[in-house]
Order: sequence, then structure tokens, then C-alpha cells
Amino acid sequence: MSASPGSATRLPRWADIFLLPLVNLCIALAVAAVVVALVGQQPLTVMHSLIEGAFGSARGLSYTLYYTTSFIFTGLAVAVAAHAGLFNIGAEGQATIGGLGTGLLALWLAPHLPSVLLWPLMLLAGMCGGALWAAVPGYLQARRGSHVVITTIMFNFLSSALMSYLLVHPLKVNDGMAVESAPFAPSAHLTGIHELLGALGIDWPSSPLNLSFLLALLAAAGVQLLLWHTRLGYRLRAAGSSPGAAEYAGIEPGRQIIIAMAISGALAGMLGMNEIAGVNDKLLLDFVAGAGFTGIAVAVMGRNHPFGVIMASLLFGALFQGGAEVAFEIPGFSRDMVVMLQGLIVLVSGAMAQAVAQPLSRLVHALSGLSGHRKELQHG
Amino acid sequence: MDEILIGTLLASTLRVATPLIFCALAGVISERSGVIDIGLEGKMLAAAFAAGAVGALSGSTALALTAALGASVLLSMLHGYACVSHRGDQVVAGMAINIFIAGITVVLGIAWFSQGGQTPALPDSVRLHPLIEHAGERFGPLLGSAVLGHNILVYLSLALVVAVWWFLQHSTPGLRLRAVGENPHMIDAAGISVKALRYQALALNGILCGLAGSYLVLAMNAAFSPHMTAGRGYMALAAMIFGKWRPLPALAACLLFGFLDAIAIRLQGVVLPGIGEVPVQLIQALPYLLTVILLAGFMGRAIAPRALGTPYVKER
Repeated sequence: MSASPGSATRLPRWADIFLLPLVNLCIALAVAAVVVALVGQQPLTVMHSLIEGAFGSARGLSYTLYYTTSFIFTGLAVAVAAHAGLFNIGAEGQATIGGLGTGLLALWLAPHLPSVLLWPLMLLAGMCGGALWAAVPGYLQARRGSHVVITTIMFNFLSSALMSYLLVHPLKVNDGMAVESAPFAPSAHLTGIHELLGALGIDWPSSPLNLSFLLALLAAAGVQLLLWHTRLGYRLRAAGSSPGAAEYAGIEPGRQIIIAMAISGALAGMLGMNEIAGVNDKLLLDFVAGAGFTGIAVAVMGRNHPFGVIMASLLFGALFQGGAEVAFEIPGFSRDMVVMLQGLIVLVSGAMAQAVAQPLSRLVHALSGLSGHRKELQHG
Repeated sequence: MDEILIGTLLASTLRVATPLIFCALAGVISERSGVIDIGLEGKMLAAAFAAGAVGALSGSTALALTAALGASVLLSMLHGYACVSHRGDQVVAGMAINIFIAGITVVLGIAWFSQGGQTPALPDSVRLHPLIEHAGERFGPLLGSAVLGHNILVYLSLALVVAVWWFLQHSTPGLRLRAVGENPHMIDAAGISVKALRYQALALNGILCGLAGSYLVLAMNAAFSPHMTAGRGYMALAAMIFGKWRPLPALAACLLFGFLDAIAIRLQGVVLPGIGEVPVQLIQALPYLLTVILLAGFMGRAIAPRALGTPYVKER
């Protein structure tokens, strides 16, 4: 990941923020359309039923926002690390361990505490779990010189091994065949949006969308505050964009690496509030289901900015929900098309950013040069 | 332990290690030239799909192999286009390849073969068979099953370890390849193209990942199934680091990881004297744990090629 969020191209700001991601998305969609055509489907029909499925009904919209919630958490996690010059591939594992923390706390305290006291504790446990799982790779890079990319990949595998050990041995329910923990006591359940609206007298279809959607928006606002309005955030960004200059200014880069990874992991660890507390009400094996990797695409697409992360999460949430509907309607269509599109977006707007930005920059300059020239003629 | 048990353990160690060896060598070659490759997983998966699909449609082993190598080399060239030509981030490009391939292989598999993403089972004539039939019965469990009873790709992977070692240590192109990963400015000053060298390294990397993918479909299983690489590319990456970016130690790491995999299944539920029951998950996690410990410098020092991960900018 380009360590500094600021781009090296000479695009005007509006083009850098809006035009470039849009062009990148269009390129990725065009390639996806070719694949859709290749498997004998009509790209436009697929697109239409995808949008219809994602936004066309209250139920569809709720599912879209439910997926969006998870992606905001992991996208923010990747973005915060990126601002400190780190590529966190480990959001998947951090979310797993975070969810484990949330779940263990719920198993332990849910029978004894009311929801109001329990939810903050579950959130805290999740953040601590995720932070721990990210701070160790951060520490190893800062103090022992091992690269955070490799270590977080390894930690992803370690987290799933740990999870499967815990669910097969100590947390196993005696009579069940399923690899999952005992269900939590009811007070651990995070209220669904339809339950909330129902209590207010508004009829809303049942969906997994729950209060953690608001938590995700709060987290995004928090990241915005942290990065651009606190000393801590300034130090992180300074160490990320120029470790040498930061060190000269008295900021110790190693320390920032550990802090940034811990914050990043804590954000990923919040995902358990959505999947574990909001939907499943028990611990199970693969509740993260690739959201950690989607977070990479989300952060790249959203240019590592909290608002961009929310918009990109909404895009991917819509693709996941719409994709599921399309897979239901059109035989032979698979939702993995969305996974493919994620990869394309990471490729086009992440790895090949320069390959796209340079011609675009030339085009924008040529056009603005042209209009400038015309103005001169008019005024002359 | 009796002879039969040792024989089967060794045999399955080699079988499991073979795709790891191909991929670890692919990693060694690309990373020694200065290009990080966490896309081993995706390249291998693409090759496996190509081998499965083309093998099923054409009924020809040669075509299946060609398709596998082609798919994987194509991805390596894409990797090069993004990272060598356009100086994109190598890690991001590798990750993009992994995600993209994980998606598209399922999409194409479901659309073309409508078996939930699987390709049709390959006929016996397309699959690779042990070079010596019934070696276990003819030569006994140790010599027969463990050493002589494998297909050609297993032996090829071992031969390639030696070949890659010789290439890197004793040939002029190999020397240049190592130099471009340590100090590309020197290579440029000597009038050799840094880009061309890295593209060549990536081409070799693609061929090796292609062999790994082919092995999964033509020898280990009889068809492609979604996500069948199951993290082997990352494990090979770990083995390569464990071997400190050198072919022979990487081979040792692959064999160790293969052995751990082979005994993990056998140790399930077995109570060892003095230790108690060892959780299978711990043994399965051991390769990753060992790599983390090694990288952290608690077990010798793993030093990466100096120019690894930095795109080359030609000075004017």
C-alpha cells in the first residue's frame, strides 16, 4: 500500500477524491461485465437485478446495511494502519479474536448483567482482543524487525487454529454436533433495527441489521477525529508519511507502529458486535467470512478516509446483498462474482493506481488547458 | 514405530510437501529479484483451475499442463505490469491477485460446469500416476512407498530445488537475478535492464506456481474444487522465509511442514506418554508459529534481499 495517503499524481483535488475512484470502479466493473458476458449472462440485466436486490426493498436495504456495518469496521482498521504506513492484512484474524473476546465475555457475564452494562463490556472485550492480535505483529515489526505483512498473514492462520481448538474442545456444547459455543443469555443480544423500530410502532421487515450499524458510523467519526484532530493522530500520520522526519521531530516511529496496529486491531475487533452479538448470539467458526479481506478493498477504494470507507462499504454491502439476490434469481450466477470484483478493485485502484492516475491526470490537464484557452479567447 | 508406518508417513510427507516446494521455489526466485510475492496462493489456484477445466474438456495431460502454466505465468506478468512497470505496491498486487482468483475460479467453475464450482473428475488417462506401479508391494514400505512410489512431479520438484540452487549460486543469470534484488542500481550501472530481469524472474515464478497448481489437480486430487489451495500458497511463503530465501533450507522447511501435516491427522485423539493429548490445531498452527518466531529473530536471523519490495526508479 502506498504508505502515504496523499497521492503523488498531480491531479486536482476534486478529481483525486471523486473522479479517480469513479474511473477505477468503472474499469473494474467493465472487466466484471466481460466476465459476466463470458459466462453467458447479460451484464445490464445482472446489474439491474443487483441494484434492485440491494436497494429495492426495505428488507434488501437492511441486509445491505448489515453487510456495510462489518465492512466499515474492517475498512477503518485497514485505513488507520495505512495512515501509519502499515499494510494490515490481518483484519480477518483480529476480527476473529475480537469476536472471541466479545463472545467469551457474553458467555461469562450475560446471565448476570443487564444489556446496558453488558454491551459496553462486550464491545471493550472485542476491541481488546483485536488490539492484542494486531499489537503483537506491530511490536514485532517495531522492535524485532519482522515485517507486519508476513506476521499478520501468519496471525490470521493462528487465530483460526485457536478458534477451532476452543470450539472443538473447551467451549464445545456437550450434545451438539455443530462446532459452536453454547448460546448466550438473552441480555447479550444486540437489539435489531426492526425490533427497535417495532417498539416505536414502525413496521420494518426482520433482518440481521442491528444497533452496531450506528456503532460503525460512530467509529468512523471517531477515526476522523483521531487522525486529523488529535496529537496522537498527527504523530501516526507523520510517522507513516515520513518516519525519518517524524523521528527528527521527536516522534518515535516504532511506538507509533505499535499504537497504530493496536487501534487498527481494536476497530477490526468491533466486528463481533455485529456478527456475534447482533446476529448469531453464540460463537462459531467462520463468522468473519472474509470481511477482513473486503476491508482491504474498502480502504483502498475509500482512499483511507473514514467517509470514503463508509461509501465504499456501502458499495460492497450492496454488491454482497445484491449479488446474493442475483445468485438466487439467475441460475449459474455465483455471488463469488463480488469477490472477483473486490480483487479487481484492489488491483486497479491499489496496485495499479499510477497506471490509471497518470493518463487520467494528462486528460484532466489537457481538458482544463483547453477550457482555459477558450476563456482566454473569450476575454481577449 | 514399524516400517509400514514410517513408510506411509514419509510418503505422505513428500506428497503434501510437493506443491509447497514448487511454490516456495517460485517465491525464492521472485523475492531474490526484489519482488515480494504474496500472490503465490492465487497463482497456484488459477493454475489448478486451468488444469482442471482444460484437462476435463480436452482429455489431454499436455494441454492441461500448458493451460495451468499459461494461466499462472499470465498472472505473474500482470503482477509485473503493476509492480515492475508501474511501480505499484507489490504486496497489494499480490493480495489483489489472490482475491480476484478466489472469486473468478468459482464464478467460471459454476457457470461452465454447473457442479457447484467443481470441475468434472478427470479420467485416469489425464491424471499423473506413480512412475513405478505398485512400488510399495514390490520394494517394501520404506524404499517402495516412501521413495519410489511417486509421480513425476514429486521428483521434478526435488530436482528443481537443486536446479534453482545451482542457477542462483553458480550461473551468470542467477548472479544477476540475486544482484537485482540486492542492489538494482549496480545492475543498471552494468548496463543490464532491471525491468527485464524482474520480468524474467516473474516468468519463472509463474511456471513454478503453475506446476504447483497442476500437481493439486492432476496428481493429488482428480478435479478442481473451489479454494482447493487452502492456504498452501501462504504456507509456502512461510517455508520460503523459514528457509531464509534459499532453495535448500526452503526445501527442508517444506518437508518439515509436510511432515507436521502428515502426523497431525495421525495424532488426532492420540494420548502421548508424558505429554497428554496434543491438539491437532496446535500441530497445524506450528508452521505459522515457527515462522513468526523465526522472523522475530528468536531463532537465528532471517534477512530478506535488501531491495525487496522497493520498485526501481531509474536515475536520470
